[in-house]
Amino acid sequence: MKYLDEYRDGEVASKIVSEMRRIQTRPWVLMEVCGGQTHSIVKNGIDHLLPEGVELVHGPGCPVCVTPLEMIDKAHAIARCQDVIFCSFGDMLRVPGSDGDLFTIKSLGGDVRIVYSPLDCLKIAKGNPDKRVVFFAIGFETTAPANAMLAWRAREEGVNNLSLLVSHVLVPPALAAILSSPENRVQGFLGPGHVCAVMGYSEYEPISSRYKVPIVITGFEPLDILHGTLMTIQQLEEGRACVENQYSRVLNRTGNLPAQRLVSKVFEVGDRKWRGIGTIPMSGYHLCEEFAQHDAERLFEVAEIATLEPEICISGQILRGIKKPHDCPAFGSLCTPQHPLGATMVSAEGACAAYYAYGRHLNPQSADALLQIAPGGGARRTGKEWGDAGAA
Amino acid sequence: MQEQLKGRLGLEDATKNDTEDLQERQASPLFGSCPIPIFDHKQIVLGHGSGGKLTADLIEKIFLPAFSNQVLDKLDDQAVVTIGGARLAFTTDSFVVTPIFFPGGDIGRLAVHGTVNDLAMSGASPLYLSAAFILEEGLAVDDLRRVVESMREAAAQAGVQFVTGDTKVVNRGKGDQIFITTTGIGVIEGDINISANRARPGDKILLSGFIGDHGMTIMSQRENLEFEGAIESDCASLNGLVAAMLAAALDRGERDFIHCLRDPTRGGVATTLNEIAKSSGVGMLLREQAIPVRESVKGACEVLGLDPLYVANEGKLVAVVCAGMAEAVLEEMRRHEHGRDAVLIGEVVAEHPGMVLMRTEIGGTRVLDVMFGEQLPRIC
Repeated sequence: MKYLDEYRDGEVASKIVSEMRRIQTRPWVLMEVCGGQTHSIVKNGIDHLLPEGVELVHGPGCPVCVTPLEMIDKAHAIARCQDVIFCSFGDMLRVPGSDGDLFTIKSLGGDVRIVYSPLDCLKIAKGNPDKRVVFFAIGFETTAPANAMLAWRAREEGVNNLSLLVSHVLVPPALAAILSSPENRVQGFLGPGHVCAVMGYSEYEPISSRYKVPIVITGFEPLDILHGTLMTIQQLEEGRACVENQYSRVLNRTGNLPAQRLVSKVFEVGDRKWRGIGTIPMSGYHLCEEFAQHDAERLFEVAEIATLEPEICISGQILRGIKKPHDCPAFGSLCTPQHPLGATMVSAEGACAAYYAYGRHLNPQSADALLQIAPGGGARRTGKEWGDAGAA
Repeated sequence: MQEQLKGRLGLEDATKNDTEDLQERQASPLFGSCPIPIFDHKQIVLGHGSGGKLTADLIEKIFLPAFSNQVLDKLDDQAVVTIGGARLAFTTDSFVVTPIFFPGGDIGRLAVHGTVNDLAMSGASPLYLSAAFILEEGLAVDDLRRVVESMREAAAQAGVQFVTGDTKVVNRGKGDQIFITTTGIGVIEGDINISANRARPGDKILLSGFIGDHGMTIMSQRENLEFEGAIESDCASLNGLVAAMLAAALDRGERDFIHCLRDPTRGGVATTLNEIAKSSGVGMLLREQAIPVRESVKGACEVLGLDPLYVANEGKLVAVVCAGMAEAVLEEMRRHEHGRDAVLIGEVVAEHPGMVLMRTEIGGTRVLDVMFGEQLPRIC
């Protein structure tokens, strides 16, 4: 398929991997920031292609995953109201709150609808003037412009029965939080391609220079990810730390300025709670005061809902790249997409859910089986061959 | 936090001193038995009809305990029973698709093809069908006439007859225009023995053509998504194709060479192959590049974040065939109108029993698991 097959070419992939092998002198731990990248890595088996010693850990960039449980509970409380049509992106429907998911609420008579664009809600609200229409506006910077446009147009067009339940988060504060943690293992980032298509990448430059960490803004196709990984390793091997753009076919340093202007008119930056991580200062968007009449959190008096997570889940450590899904004893047994115990299992883009969806919860021999049929699997270097550098 | 956690753990009478105990539970190797009230459905949700894990849950927990017997327990798409010396294939299926008319077909055609195909996948020649209609008050009689006419046409094509039926009408709002249930019966000739539990290491896996056409047609119609390049449902009766495949080796004197046949409907090719792998206790190894997906379907799936391997088909089959006959069967399939794009997509292996592995386009590997809930709401 045009514009896709070009980025899934096995021959080019093996050339990139050979180049990684050629330049690599020691092990490196890299984090892909986006859930979309995690999904692509696991779906295509990219991590099995990488040279031994290049480890990808999975970042916090899954918007569904990091939406706090209490926000889900607020959404469910609203969706249960009789006069409400609750609209959401499809993958939020299966995320369980303290008591069921949106599918369950739908099965009990709630009017829950999947929308493909936030602006679909305008039509629904205009067509149902006797109902209150609420859109669950979640996501990173990527979805912010479309969500902001919904609030903007609702106000401009006087659609007063339409409101947004906002749970928006921002990538740069999360990266800073990961890097400043004493437990941090991450030495370089594959930066968030879609987020930067909106925001540009200049805001990553201070992070890169302050923490001396390479950040390569990377796309989502297999070759994008391999190329981004190679560029990050190149920087690390050469002792450089700067922001580079692998995804130049889509984005530039400044990003989409009209989108940024709209977002800044509708949203203001404030503290946000991240599921599995906790509150990060100035890490999310809230609706500005002038959009208060479209703010579902104020309209539905759900502010007092506060839900705490079971502390047994290690998703906070997974989201910060400290642990991987297999490190959790509940992974694939107690905790599955059907019965998620925490953030990273709730959405297809979460690391645990991606591992699960692509069969990595199956018996331990499955990992061996995968390695056996992976090209070059038998020729991997062992940890010992890295010598002293390996211990670093 | 502790109060909250205790509530979740069902430890209402726990005291403050239980904190340590709780921590021990969390860290202990017996973690797997921790009595957390995990999230479970108390009502039926749409996912229970998806053909994925939730459907399997219902069958396992509700239906099998009540109805269990030797024939049913095989969980094939059709029952094979012997009556008076004749081996009969017997199956039933309900159809609830929205919209009822879609590019490439309608609910009536689907109701014929679906049941004919379930019979054909046992190697049976389908003979007779029944049709039960649940009509919603207000349905246009012209629409019903169109559906019935298309059932007549589809039955004629497949060489089957409707020999009995039933009609009920429900109040407006209590149904969705029209629901159809068809039941079918067919005869299995000679010693043909095709079942999901017969795949053997070394067997080849064949697929009769492009995947995902039906599911993506319904999806794009239902959600008013307009994609470049029209997608049409592939719905078709496959008994002719199966007959041609079975005839492939007659002149060579081969008899038992098609081991498994399935039409990958709900849950798609990935779910179907998992069922065969689990049922036969074998592993499977596929090549992603060999699996044909139309550009339009691939594009639509990319946009919606769906995987064509899990999207429904209504006119495709997968066959597990002994290695020596794979080429001959493939050639025969390609001569038939419903198998023109047939390909070999992988093979059966002894390793990793119950698991389907796939070499990805870029040379990585992944496990294809059973679909969990649903990719598409209420497809058929």
